[in-house]
Amino acid sequence: MLPSPSSPSPARWFRTLRRTKSTEQSSKLSLSVCTELLRKSREALASGRTLREEFRLSQLEALVRMLVENEDEFVDVLHKDLHKPRFETVLSELILVKNEALFAVNNLKKWMNPEYVARSLVTSLDECFVVSEPLGVVLIIGSWSSPVQLNLVPLVGAVAAGNCVILKPSEISSHTTELLQRLIPSYLDTECYHVISGGPSDLTDLLELKFDHIFYTGSRATGQQVMQAAARSLTPVTLVLGGKNPCYVDRECDVGIAAQRIAWARFHNAGQSDVAPDFVLCHTDVQARLILALRSCLLQFYGPEPRHSASFGRLVNAELFTHVRDLVLASGKVAVGGEMDEAEKYIAPTVLTDVLESDPAMQQEIRGPVLPIMTVYSADEAINYIRRKEKPLCLYVFSSDRKVISNMMTCTSSGSFCANDSVLQSMMVMLPFGGVGASGMGSYHGRCSFNTFSHRKSCVLRNTRVECVTYLRYPPYEDRSLSLMMWASSLSRRSQAWCQIL
Amino acid sequence: MSMEKQAVERARTAFLTRRSRPLEFRAQQLKALQRMITEKERDIAAALKLDLNKNEFQTPLYELVGLESEIQLALEKLPEWAAPRTAEKTLLTISDEVYVQPEPLGVVLIIGAWNYPFALVIQPLIGAIAAGNAAVIKPSEVSEHTARLLGELLPQYIDKDLYPVVNGGVPETQELLRQRFDHVFYTGNCAVGKLVMEAAARHLTPVTLELGGKSPCYIDKDCDLSIVCRRITWGKYMNCGQTCIAPDYVLCDQSIQGRVVEEIKKALKEFYGDDLKTSPDYGRMINQRHFKRVTALLEGETVALGGESDEADCFIAPTVLTGVTGSSKVMQEEIFGPVLPLVSVGSVDEAIRFINQREKPLALYVFSYDSKLIKRMIAETSSGGVTANDVLLHYSISALPFGGVGNSGMGSYHGKHSFDRLSHLRSCLIKSLNMEAVNKVRYPPHSAKKLSWARFFILKRVRLGTLGRLALLAAFVALAALVAQRFL
Repeated sequence: MLPSPSSPSPARWFRTLRRTKSTEQSSKLSLSVCTELLRKSREALASGRTLREEFRLSQLEALVRMLVENEDEFVDVLHKDLHKPRFETVLSELILVKNEALFAVNNLKKWMNPEYVARSLVTSLDECFVVSEPLGVVLIIGSWSSPVQLNLVPLVGAVAAGNCVILKPSEISSHTTELLQRLIPSYLDTECYHVISGGPSDLTDLLELKFDHIFYTGSRATGQQVMQAAARSLTPVTLVLGGKNPCYVDRECDVGIAAQRIAWARFHNAGQSDVAPDFVLCHTDVQARLILALRSCLLQFYGPEPRHSASFGRLVNAELFTHVRDLVLASGKVAVGGEMDEAEKYIAPTVLTDVLESDPAMQQEIRGPVLPIMTVYSADEAINYIRRKEKPLCLYVFSSDRKVISNMMTCTSSGSFCANDSVLQSMMVMLPFGGVGASGMGSYHGRCSFNTFSHRKSCVLRNTRVECVTYLRYPPYEDRSLSLMMWASSLSRRSQAWCQIL
Repeated sequence: MSMEKQAVERARTAFLTRRSRPLEFRAQQLKALQRMITEKERDIAAALKLDLNKNEFQTPLYELVGLESEIQLALEKLPEWAAPRTAEKTLLTISDEVYVQPEPLGVVLIIGAWNYPFALVIQPLIGAIAAGNAAVIKPSEVSEHTARLLGELLPQYIDKDLYPVVNGGVPETQELLRQRFDHVFYTGNCAVGKLVMEAAARHLTPVTLELGGKSPCYIDKDCDLSIVCRRITWGKYMNCGQTCIAPDYVLCDQSIQGRVVEEIKKALKEFYGDDLKTSPDYGRMINQRHFKRVTALLEGETVALGGESDEADCFIAPTVLTGVTGSSKVMQEEIFGPVLPLVSVGSVDEAIRFINQREKPLALYVFSYDSKLIKRMIAETSSGGVTANDVLLHYSISALPFGGVGNSGMGSYHGKHSFDRLSHLRSCLIKSLNMEAVNKVRYPPHSAKKLSWARFFILKRVRLGTLGRLALLAAFVALAALVAQRFL
């Protein structure tokens, strides 16, 4: 039952006014529009076309074509939104999605086939298998920091699994969202897949509707809101949430190489990444060297004036700029960088030292090109610090001592873990990627995406003609039948089914 | 501090000591659980008899044998389940370690149901222990004797700080749900399922919800109805119909309905004798509230078989209703009682349409000799699980994940699936601080040439044996040297 539309309040009226200013093609995010799109999607689903392998393959291939044929346009909009260099757009956005789509195309047949499970003595006459089916209509809410990848990688999974999708990219990366709204209907089936856009207040309205799965990438606060709304309709969710990803630099380590890898991870996309190291816990013995190495790396990467480097990004909007600027001004000491320009939303790659746990930069997620370095006196101290905080999405450690790496891994928990590098584990098609605890639930990438957007249905096809063994299970129950059953079940101890006696 | 909060804090403190992690400890706890089941079988059966009039032969069959099998499986497979799971590599990570490491989540809350009060608490507990977690166990207060027994027995056999039992009613459950857990595992009904998920959402806690629904049972015209009806009778009236995957209603052609009723009548006589009420094998409704709920569903319906009831004894005879339509009262909610409506459908198409108009059920049953029809039913409907030509079976095969979809729940368990569900599968990439030359392609300042190199490395995936890997590594090193020359 649809909630009745509320009477037009001034705020709502102004919102509507703002929306009508956007391009003709964009779908305005009003509740009635969404309801209509949902209805269309359900109808498309009921038609059964997404169940066919050829259909899913054709859609995935069309997606790849969309990325290849419009590469320049994507580079352009990402440059407008985030000042993203071509290299980063192609590598960390377009190729990533293409990779996922091609992986799905190459494996779809296998994934769609029923998986037969081990048979036992009595079930040898039966077929036992698990078949994957679409969940239905999936809502994907992507974040703005890597707007192409964060929207289209889950889309690949949802399409491969045979769902219909309503995709809601972030309004913050507005140029990219607009491009997706324009391109996707030209490449993908317009009944099954829809792109909508809107602001945070529109999300509340959207979440009133009933979907079969909600995939959300973003902040913890909104993640909670999404899950609470989903609870009301028993909708499963996948949440990939941001936080502070710790990075421990051990005294036994090649500081030069560590600095390069950390600097690349932290300052690409001007620090606006869910997976980059958020802060460094540095062993006191190597801190000075690390800072020097970072300084030299940054010089090598972006030159003496990063503002003029084509390889360095900008903050996505004024709000974020202010947030990051305030963090820098209130935390520790600037060891490298620190220059800012509000008009350009530019903050130079900045390294902070003498940072305390209570500083804002160590309390809040940064989301900008700022790397605080906090001193620790041992790996154990780093571990204790990490364990005091919420479980992060990613955890990094740089050390050439295997014991340190192993210890760090076993004594902490995080969505994913990478030793001696960063970010890469979130880009690999064969590693599930997701959070744990406050950094989220569920995972995706590769086969994992397919499973996330499927219902894995267990099926047993029994033979009707052989009844004799089953007699044991029927009442009246007596001692005799019980001991027969216990004997039969002792045979079953070796196998995976106690249905022997059933 | 409330008792519930204390129990949770104690469990968390115990978890943080890390003693639940070593495999030997987990195996020891599972073996203790096994001992408890073996040594206390009589007490368990007695409690279940008081709660649900389950007889002493039913209990081992349906509650305990399954659990013992799961424990055996977990003990045997634990080293394999808990070991790192290697993943495929790309050219770029050929010299690295890439794997998924299962880890415990932390403190799991297990909320049991009253219909199989022992099994529905112990089965998830087996998974929780095997995965290295602590667990707070909240048995259903409705099956009060079993709840009390669990509260007495579990601390005698397994670690009482890691696995506390918290008993109580709605206020105690609400207090528990206010605490923070790392996973909440709930078995029960949809309404409470929503509340559980909402409470969990406040802490961003993942949930597994094993809920219910109306599990349809389609009978094709050309079937050996005596076998079919015997199987349906067994599954439907077991535990007085109070089984979440019992066939809730039957869809069949009008022409065979008469025979279906006859065959069910025959099967009932075989199972329970002439006087059902005195049969030790026939159960009772759990309490008066459910008794009244189910008897109310009979109002205005055509009773083809049974219909007798005795409120004082919470007895409802196995009942079959005919002439039931989609809008009948009995078709609006999960029956969870010994009442079987027969709904007429003219064809399998009509049956599929009927099923798809309703919420996705926990189980779906189809009886037919035509395997094409069965496969079609599976492909065109959705449900938690399916058993064809029998009932309930997909529950008992540990290799098959058991769970719901849509309104019938989310998440699944049994066997390895319990272990995986109650673990965090953490992706790990272990690199070394060398081979930096190759990495240089990704660093700024960016150039078109670097971009083409990067495309090459990232897009390729390999599936190789050790020898192949070594050969490729050698080629790779040579390549890396070449790349280093160009970019250094």
